[in-house]
Amino acid sequence: MNDVLTPPTQNPDAAQVPLKPLGKVLAVTSGKGGVGKTFVSANLAAALAKRGHKVLVLDADLGLANLDVVLNLYPKITLHDVFTGKARLDEAILPAPGGFSVLLAGSGMVEYSRLTSEVRNEFLRVMNSLVPNYDVVILDTGAGISDVVLFAVSLASEVLMVATPEPTSLTDAYATIKVLVGQQQRQVIRVIINQATRPGSGAAITNQLQQVLDRFVVTGLNQPIRLVHLGDIPVDPEVRQAIMRRQLMMQATPGCPAGMALTQLARNLEDSVIPRAA
Amino acid sequence: MAPPSTSLIELPDLRLDDASALLAHDGKSSQPQRDESPTEYLQRVIDSLCELSLKDPLTGLGNRRHFHAALERQIETVARSGESVLLLMLDIDHFKNINDTHGHLAGDHVLRVIAHCLAGCVRPVDTVARYGGEEFAIILPNCRPLFGLALAERIRRTVAGLSVPISPLLSLQATISIGGAYAPEWVRSTTELWIERADNQLYRAKSNGRNQACIDQPQELSVSAEEKGLLFSHLAVDNANPFESGPGNVINRVNA
Repeated sequence: MNDVLTPPTQNPDAAQVPLKPLGKVLAVTSGKGGVGKTFVSANLAAALAKRGHKVLVLDADLGLANLDVVLNLYPKITLHDVFTGKARLDEAILPAPGGFSVLLAGSGMVEYSRLTSEVRNEFLRVMNSLVPNYDVVILDTGAGISDVVLFAVSLASEVLMVATPEPTSLTDAYATIKVLVGQQQRQVIRVIINQATRPGSGAAITNQLQQVLDRFVVTGLNQPIRLVHLGDIPVDPEVRQAIMRRQLMMQATPGCPAGMALTQLARNLEDSVIPRAA
Repeated sequence: MAPPSTSLIELPDLRLDDASALLAHDGKSSQPQRDESPTEYLQRVIDSLCELSLKDPLTGLGNRRHFHAALERQIETVARSGESVLLLMLDIDHFKNINDTHGHLAGDHVLRVIAHCLAGCVRPVDTVARYGGEEFAIILPNCRPLFGLALAERIRRTVAGLSVPISPLLSLQATISIGGAYAPEWVRSTTELWIERADNQLYRAKSNGRNQACIDQPQELSVSAEEKGLLFSHLAVDNANPFESGPGNVINRVNA
């Protein structure tokens, strides 16, 4: 064998260079799977749509999200066809129950679960065409900090971190926040506590996370990372019911405690991030 | 109830000559033992063949198949546990010269001696494999980032200190270059990306003049016990005052 190694093929496009975030793009993410990311994405979209916003939800977990299951939609044309040039972007956008639009990845996307320059460029192209046409684009990302998740989050103007009060979920949320601060120089991350068991617990948890970050994470930025508690979604049997019936909770029982919480989350976003609908 | 088991396979019907020859060649007993049932014998043959399929015949180390299986397992573990796992890629410097100058038998001998040395440098939990040609790989689970470079250096020095006799009159000295990378913690990543990162470091070590080790230090992602302690200090209070939320009081928001 030849002793002189050729340099390993470098792919500068696939490097995780944080991009300038696009406007009105919310990345819904979490440290750990199974904490309700997709549930929050879909129902928050419905809550915002009800308040007059034009919303699109994108399966940014590239086929690993359960958005299709939550919405009970199994389209023939998906983001996969757009990426492979078999369909136009507008052909893959579907109306979802709840009055918003959705762009599903399709199971064929699993092969794209690794961030290559191709995925990256296609993703950027899709985002650039989508963003001007909607008031809000919600990226339903994967859990943790895989390349694809970090890339999707880097495109967002706001990060919504979903966690449950369980220690494992909080530890993973904390670890993910550390990465987002270090890698993407995020200054604000909004925290949603799902399955909250008592009023005030979400605020206390966010406060606790903030204290640990202040103590252990040195950002090197002028402004340290700030966690903003966006709201709680209480434990609510209606959520389980809706999931089991394959219905969107905001459509089936919008007046239930979790539904009211999501409406409040939408209002809180209007106060802080997105302009109120005309 | 299942019917009383009758053997569906008769040993004499099976053509086990090739398997027996392979095992015999590897120094394993390939014939049925007196106290062995046909099932036990077949199980032993299959196990031995599996073992053989994972071994590099020249050096006795794990082969590339073994290495990839081990690496896949590790990357799964790391994604869930955040454990620090180090991958080292090692390449013998100027190996082509050894082959060209002293012949391929001498080259094979150098490979065997260095393989044996590498296996002796690490813990039993570590995986040492021949990646191909004169390239080796070592997977070190539970290896803290603090120790990675020191460990790679120790391996490099040990190999550099070897004297490999290739004839009664001649001993060779060989050096290795090492590149290392930690698995990305808490991340669902791929073994290809991990190998690529270690390979980049190996390339760096080669370009910097060989006989050295370069490690891609990980981002500090782990959550320390101290951090966890502070993170969960509220839980004790929570559990002391359990109360359920009323239906009318479900939202709590703190203004930023």
